Amino acid sequence: MIKFDRFVLNNGLKVLVHQDQSTPMAVVNILYDVGARDEDASKTGFAHLFEHLMFGGSVNIADYDEPLQLAGGENNAYTTNDLTNYYCQLPAENLETAFWLESDRMLSLAFSKKSLDVQRKVVCEEFKEHYINKPYGDVWHMMRELAYKVHPYKWMTIGKELSHIETAQLDDVKQFFFKHYTPANAILAVAGNVETEHVKKLAEKWFGEIPSGVKYHRSIAQEPVQQEERRMTVKRNVPMDAIYKTWHMSSRFEQDYYATDLLTDILGGGASSRLYQALVKEKQLFAQINCYHFGSLDKGLFTIEGQLVKGVEMKQAEDAIEFELNKVRNELIDERELQKVKNKTESVMAFEDMSVMNRAGSLAFYELLGDGNLMNEEFKKYQDVTTADLQRIANDVLKDTNSNTIWYMAN
Amino acid sequence: MLNRSLAPHIKDAVEYSISLKHPDIFKLDNGIDVYNVQAGTEEVVQIEWVFKAGNWFEEKKLVASATNFLIKNGTTKKSAYEINEFVDFYGAYLNRSCYNETAVVSLHCLSKQLEHILPLVQEVFMDAILPEDELLIYKQNMKQRLAVNLKKCDFIAGRKIDALLFGDRHPYGVYSEMVDYDALNQQELLDYYNAFYKNGHCTIFSAGILPSNYQQLLNTYFGALPFNKGVVKEISHPILPSTQKKWNILNDPDGVQGAIRIARACPLPTDSEFPKLQVLNVLFGGFFGSRLMTNIREDKGYTYGIYSYLMNHIHASAILISTEAGRDVCEATVKEVYHEMEQLRLHEVGKDELLLVKNYLIGTLLGDLDGPFHIIGRWKNLILHGMDESHFRYYVDTIKTIEAKELKNLAEKYLNPDEFYELVVV
Repeated sequence: MIKFDRFVLNNGLKVLVHQDQSTPMAVVNILYDVGARDEDASKTGFAHLFEHLMFGGSVNIADYDEPLQLAGGENNAYTTNDLTNYYCQLPAENLETAFWLESDRMLSLAFSKKSLDVQRKVVCEEFKEHYINKPYGDVWHMMRELAYKVHPYKWMTIGKELSHIETAQLDDVKQFFFKHYTPANAILAVAGNVETEHVKKLAEKWFGEIPSGVKYHRSIAQEPVQQEERRMTVKRNVPMDAIYKTWHMSSRFEQDYYATDLLTDILGGGASSRLYQALVKEKQLFAQINCYHFGSLDKGLFTIEGQLVKGVEMKQAEDAIEFELNKVRNELIDERELQKVKNKTESVMAFEDMSVMNRAGSLAFYELLGDGNLMNEEFKKYQDVTTADLQRIANDVLKDTNSNTIWYMAN
Repeated sequence: MLNRSLAPHIKDAVEYSISLKHPDIFKLDNGIDVYNVQAGTEEVVQIEWVFKAGNWFEEKKLVASATNFLIKNGTTKKSAYEINEFVDFYGAYLNRSCYNETAVVSLHCLSKQLEHILPLVQEVFMDAILPEDELLIYKQNMKQRLAVNLKKCDFIAGRKIDALLFGDRHPYGVYSEMVDYDALNQQELLDYYNAFYKNGHCTIFSAGILPSNYQQLLNTYFGALPFNKGVVKEISHPILPSTQKKWNILNDPDGVQGAIRIARACPLPTDSEFPKLQVLNVLFGGFFGSRLMTNIREDKGYTYGIYSYLMNHIHASAILISTEAGRDVCEATVKEVYHEMEQLRLHEVGKDELLLVKNYLIGTLLGDLDGPFHIIGRWKNLILHGMDESHFRYYVDTIKTIEAKELKNLAEKYLNPDEFYELVVV
């Protein structure tokens, strides 16, 4: 049970405070309700590039990192298709330094030309390092385009192509900032050795005067229900064939999310999961196989990916996956097996909550979902899942007409 | 009106006193040392059984890591699947890792599940059979993993630089090839298991919220096992560094980036100079605000990230600079690395920058000591290196008191380009 206080400033900034006196540290986490799904199709990769620019100096402070490091702090940030999250940790006595830094860059960035020029290059190198210069690195670029025809999940957070990043202009940066980086679009979570009253004073002092901005109302075209099976085959310079299959699944807000999440664990969560045991250990068709999803806020992708044992035919490997899927479609899962994945979920949650940093991040995330306290109700929703739910999800989601398959062949 | 250009007052992190919470220390009936940090906010535990069973002790490549990997893949009573299912059912994680001197079996679980799992861990230590069919699957899958890794410039560079520093027959420099997997056989693994696990040397490190009968539980399941009977034979491995300093390897003609590794030997973690080198390393390339990062990423944009490290081995250490940079700017990146070495040799670091590095180091150390798993991790590192709390205190004091002049002297001693191995893999 994670206890917290919550208040909202006049400009719309939501603030959550979680006290833990066992640590000398404080964490300040700011989540902005903007991700790659909010980008223009001709300017993809922008939310993430922008995250880099948030460290290039703000209107009154030349550099973000130096003063934080001087105060004994460290920080990082990440961007997903749904959101952008910034977090820092520092000795609790120096909490105000974090408020000073974070509020100034919410007030306005410096919009430095030099910072944009350099970070464009840095992000291009990041793109190359993770998606071009790695075997199988381009698969999600293709899979997203195959699975999504309308929804902006069709591009990756890093961007659709290098040229979108290379041509980003300072004007684009300004527009993006004033549209999305406002108090009304942000959630501030403060955790650690902190007092709510003190946090309230600091929040009023540093964030209170920032104009609320216009609340951004998202109107993203949702992906129509897929009606036909989609397939593609590519040949690449990789040593082993691999198969990637996805199916559209529920959004993060639907009740079925929990059963779907557990179903991925049944099939591919760890050494006793079905796909691993049947296809890696018993039939030895795959060298590795995984089943997972991304926890996307809008309707996401239920994913199975596997690397074939050298010499195995792709058709045979795919049929073997299908054989396992038929079992979960046609037969009720054993109660003990369901209990197993619930127990694992309980354990994962407890380990995640160990760090103050994670607790702050989770509070902000659940507040984005609608209420920070969902963090405490989450496990109950997993406990309510039944074996019948799993079978229903297996039939609803894992349908051929809902599926996208890539045969990624070694040439 | 708020003056936003004025930074709030800070407490310099160097003013903090930092202490390392003491573990409870006890011995099991058979002499196993146990170090336990009882602390935390969540009802979870971590236990690590650390065996002197790393690749330092193997006589043939991969025997140590294969034995470690297969240790939980079957006993006389349970199949690999039954073991995995059992562990998963209790929401536990039973992992194993093989290092140079040590090989570890680690357990993470909710405190309430601990009693269920310990008998299984005992069974794994006494009764593993390292089945032939599991070994075959392991060989096949590891060979495939290797084949994929061999396509990656960072993987090639990472193992090559170790081989240059220590020689490719030394445990720190040795790397595996396809034929080494082919050459593994079950009997060798069984012999290794018998010598280095079943009749081996074990130390236990644990942390979290352990049950009140924890000591008794450990004694029940591990206190009567034939561990720690004899003295582990001392083995020495000669270090045979490469005579050629500069290497360029073309691994992928279509590669768009190069993996750069620049490295040289340095004093051991037990050496009094090491903590000072740790400060120099942070200033040079050990954090986001370092000289290397500021110049090569934040000013030039040559790379997504560049860091320098001090290796933490027990018998030999090294300074390593590591990055992936655009193929066309690899040469320029190397040049800038040497330029930053030169700056540190020629000029004393300014007062403000030194204070920043010190505050950053102390601040992150405070953060790193947050939580029981981190605290026991520090102790484990000290104990396995044969160090004690005084070394930790000396490290903290060094951060707080080291002066610019000392750092410059160290740079003159350790940051000379001629003494570094330089490797670029595209």
